[in-house]
Amino acid sequence: MIEFTAVTKQFSDGTVAVDEFSLVIPARQTTVLVGSSGSGKTTLLRMINRMVEKTSGEIEIDGESIYKLNPVKLRRSIGYVMQNSGLLPHRKVVDNVATVPLLNGVKRADARQAALALLDTVGLDRALADRYPSQLSGGQQQRVGVARGLAADPNILLMDEPFGAVDPIVRAELQQELVRIQRDLGKTIVFVTHDIDEAFLLGDQVVLLEKGGRIAQAGTPAEILSKPANDFVATFIGADRGRRALKVEVVNGRNVVVDADGRPTGVLQS
Amino acid sequence: MNFIQQGFAWIFDPVRWSGPGDIPSRILEQLGYTFGAVAIAAAIAIPLGLLIGHTGKGRDVAVALSGGLRALPSLGLLIIFALAIGIGFKAPLLAFVILAIPPVLSGAYAGVEAVDKRTVDAARAMGMTEWQVLTKVEVPLGAPLIVAGIRSGILQVVATATLAYFASGGALGVFINDGLVTRDYNELLGASILVTALALVLEGIFALLQRLIVPRGVTAGQIAEVRSRPTRSRPTVGSPIQEGK
Repeated sequence: MIEFTAVTKQFSDGTVAVDEFSLVIPARQTTVLVGSSGSGKTTLLRMINRMVEKTSGEIEIDGESIYKLNPVKLRRSIGYVMQNSGLLPHRKVVDNVATVPLLNGVKRADARQAALALLDTVGLDRALADRYPSQLSGGQQQRVGVARGLAADPNILLMDEPFGAVDPIVRAELQQELVRIQRDLGKTIVFVTHDIDEAFLLGDQVVLLEKGGRIAQAGTPAEILSKPANDFVATFIGADRGRRALKVEVVNGRNVVVDADGRPTGVLQS
Repeated sequence: MNFIQQGFAWIFDPVRWSGPGDIPSRILEQLGYTFGAVAIAAAIAIPLGLLIGHTGKGRDVAVALSGGLRALPSLGLLIIFALAIGIGFKAPLLAFVILAIPPVLSGAYAGVEAVDKRTVDAARAMGMTEWQVLTKVEVPLGAPLIVAGIRSGILQVVATATLAYFASGGALGVFINDGLVTRDYNELLGASILVTALALVLEGIFALLQRLIVPRGVTAGQIAEVRSRPTRSRPTVGSPIQEGK
């Protein structure tokens, strides 16, 4: 469990990225922070592994303040996956995945073995292990990034728009892969995105952020969809445009779900 | 053309290849100044440059300092040092160290600065200490520019080391001075050819070294990119690539 209590971050240029933010992130679930740029979602994420230091407030992991821990040790215990994969270009895929275990003093051969197994977990061919990141496609690099984030078997995985830079087809694939991995591993995932559909797809809890890290609404996707807290939320999730207002029409004796414009989106199974 | 031939004839005269003050010992002196001065300069400037590049602090001071040092006339500096600490090899060595510091320093901080900030950020987020970020990420990825700085320093010193004779410091400048004083233009030309050849050889060695030191993954990417990107964009056809399969 990660708990934010009245956390404020003011950058040195005076901008307040996050103002008095409080939130409980439950363990072994996926919490998605979603908002437009400037909503402070990445800042919040990076405060969890102290890549961004707070101005005031308190962040606790399982009841223990993260500010009592050494930042380097803290980071090694938390997986981190970023948008552009952030792989080390001069190291082979397998060595990239093994980065954190090696820093933690795991023997090279063991770390390598574990890294190869992780490539299986994220759906990568072991034949890619000895390639360099630049020889992989964007989607493959992102998978390596996820494998690296999981390498030290952390309880917490931070993901900062990890699928933002890949094309829609690959993104959909990676999202499904993450759903599967999460089903198997049950990590505490904090996921940042600006894509509400991605948030609803992946999140057990979705936190909609307005400017300055103000929580517009937090809840399960169903709660947010069924009862948007205000106009901002309704606009953000597309309820006001009728995108979420689906109707059932009977076509050829089957229940076809159509949107507000009458365009079919699927068939209702009974 | 005749002059050049006579210059070479001067070089290859067996008389100059043995005995005190022969060509090999002068070349060794020239190389001694070059590597000695650049080694000392590197010992000072590389840690400083890495620190500046890593922290991003003191960059303006470093730019101003290396710009200022570059503007100093080497000969003037040499004479001042010779007057201050006496003639011999120390005064020229000191002058050449100062000559070599600016390129080595700017190579070191430019090398670290040129590393993709997102890569550095990721390394830190993985839990690398600042020292590990520097030694495992910034130095290997910045190595080509760091070596380029050393290469540039070596080139400057190997050419300028001919001035050492002004402080009775030996090296190939002795022949040039003798040639000037005795109006022996063959000697003058022969010694100049030697200096030029020495500079070219060192330049070649370091150009090669610089290529070898580019991290494998970085070159692999460049090659892959050349292959994967057609010069004219093709229309997208066919099925999407199977990721990771």
